[in-house]
Amino acid sequence: MEQVWTALFTIVLGIFAAISWFWGANFCLDRLLPARTGDPAQNARNIHRAGLIRPWLFLGPAILALGLYLVYPVWESLFLSFHGKAGQEFVGTANYRWLLADAGFRESIFNNFLWLLVVPAASTFLGLLAAALTDRIAWGNIAKSLIFMPMAISFVGAAVIWKFVYDYRSGDDAQIGILNALVTWAGGDPQAWIALPFWNNFFLMAILVWIQTGFAMVILSAALRGIPEETIEAAVLDGANGIQIFFRIMVPQIWGTIAVVWTTITITVLKVFDIVLAMTNGQWKSNVLANLMFDWMFRGGGDFGRGAAIAIVIMALVTPIMIWNIRNARAEMEGR
Amino acid sequence: MANNPYRWAVHLSVVLFVVLWTLPTFGLFVTSFRDKDQIAVSGWWTALGSATRNDMFRAPEGEGEVEEAGRFTLTGSVFVGTSGHVTAFGISSKAPDAFAAGETADLGDGESLTVAEDGSFTLSGPESFKDKRGQRIFFTATTPPSFTFDNYRAVLFAEGLGRSFLNSATVAIPSTVIPILIAAFAAYALSWMQFPGRALLIAAIVGLLVVPLQMSLIPLLRIYNAAGQAMGFDPKSYIGIWLAHTGFGLPLAIYLLRNYMVGLPKEIMESARVDGATDFQIFTRIVLPLSFPALASFAIFQFLWTWNDLLVALVFLGPQDDKLVLTGRLVNLLGSRGGDWEILAASAFVSIAVPILVFFALQKYLVRGLLAGSVK
Repeated sequence: MEQVWTALFTIVLGIFAAISWFWGANFCLDRLLPARTGDPAQNARNIHRAGLIRPWLFLGPAILALGLYLVYPVWESLFLSFHGKAGQEFVGTANYRWLLADAGFRESIFNNFLWLLVVPAASTFLGLLAAALTDRIAWGNIAKSLIFMPMAISFVGAAVIWKFVYDYRSGDDAQIGILNALVTWAGGDPQAWIALPFWNNFFLMAILVWIQTGFAMVILSAALRGIPEETIEAAVLDGANGIQIFFRIMVPQIWGTIAVVWTTITITVLKVFDIVLAMTNGQWKSNVLANLMFDWMFRGGGDFGRGAAIAIVIMALVTPIMIWNIRNARAEMEGR
Repeated sequence: MANNPYRWAVHLSVVLFVVLWTLPTFGLFVTSFRDKDQIAVSGWWTALGSATRNDMFRAPEGEGEVEEAGRFTLTGSVFVGTSGHVTAFGISSKAPDAFAAGETADLGDGESLTVAEDGSFTLSGPESFKDKRGQRIFFTATTPPSFTFDNYRAVLFAEGLGRSFLNSATVAIPSTVIPILIAAFAAYALSWMQFPGRALLIAAIVGLLVVPLQMSLIPLLRIYNAAGQAMGFDPKSYIGIWLAHTGFGLPLAIYLLRNYMVGLPKEIMESARVDGATDFQIFTRIVLPLSFPALASFAIFQFLWTWNDLLVALVFLGPQDDKLVLTGRLVNLLGSRGGDWEILAASAFVSIAVPILVFFALQKYLVRGLLAGSVK
């Protein structure tokens, strides 16, 4: 109970501190540079100066937090990746050379590329399919809601749900996992799915696809609805059938949105950690970069140099998308 | 376009989608209410209808027998702590269903056995059943679906889930509230104030949206440890994780809110300025109330993300038992109670319950936020 009070107290304190900063800083600024003095020239000068300072009062806390929690760590990680275990001695490129030679790293990056190939493609495709189908039926919104629901479930919760689906009992015991029950029913041999090297990657990916399809569906469904009616009507007049209209007329008009969905899921994939930790913890050749990095951070006393080097690799993989996003955002702002 | 087979195909495909997307969750949900002995021997889908099970009961060795006219009779029930309907019984493992319920089985030496449909059996013979091994009774019984809250009781009070629930709430709520306030001011400045470097800052925010969390972990852990040592406090504290979540949530918060605020009508702002309102007044009296939908969207995002997060909690709160959040507890249980599905299923649903409720109650805002938040 005590921590509940601490939490409540801190919320109140935090809000109070934030409000008093924003309000207090504004108040001080208005006092120091008053807009109403006897001298009109002085007034204009004060308003101008206050206008120069005020944005930074509004932005201050945000810039401070972003700087400390996101910008500085990028440089610090880069710095640490050239240093030893505890970050003290300079080791040059030793950590990166170690990465290239390490079997665990090669396995992880191979798996990560598999994930990058499969998960965004599968989620986007299934999301597009679900969006197109649910938009055509009366109970589509309920269906959407249910397909979207896994989005609210944590990766760990999803891992428990799916571990139960993949559950395997040896010998003649009745299979209680639905996948093995279906396989047995169809006359096949039950398998310990998550312990099958290589193929287990796909069983883990299925979990993320299951979560992300709803996201893709929601965004693509909105995009499909935004397509101008005339283009579809024209196609109908020209005698196109439903499938032709969908792939030749509708999909080409929402390429931009498809790309956004694809890249957003790609970013999620690169950061995926919880699913692998909870399902296999990287055993049976299913490791990925984020889990490998967590390993090097903590297990066996921790090696910050190697951990940071792995983080830099993840960052490097994200960077092209980052640049693409920034360019798009700038283009959009200039168009506005 | 609306020809019949085509419509049927659409309906069927959507049904298939919905089944695939809900069945895994539903299966675990059903399991969380089942008896743990039943979970281990039969699939959850059998729990919905009457289940048929084969079992064996060993009659007591003469306790409670009654002598009457030279015959000894022993009665009782084959159901111990359960209930159901016996459909068949037998006296050897080779033919466990040799007799239908109500029939009489001849055991030799003048002994006989009857098992009624309700599970009561009558064993009778010319000699006392004392000093003999208890008679084995094999039976097939159907049991009606039965569900229990025992698993939830067990995880909430014995497995520490209750404590973790509080911890998760302690992490998630301030981590949702603090960034909103900071981001709202920043978003206002970025959308309605003129200053040099504004475009650059907006570009930086868009860039920071995708910086992987992994980059920040090691440097921040070092700062926290150093600060903790220098000032003599525990580096793994709630305040630490609140600030961390604030930092990580800010880019999305600012981005979402700015996109929304930029779209507010310019005229309101200008007329307020003409009336002599300052930026601070415009922000608190006009922009903030108008931005409620965007604030709600971000709040839901951030709440779901902080409640469901594992990585940040593991790194900045640590894995000690008293500070474990729900996701961390669940991972621990997966390791220590790997096969105990009654514990895992109930624990999973304790951790999923709050986000699912938030999701269904506030889905409208979530969807709106998603649409505004994906970089166009």
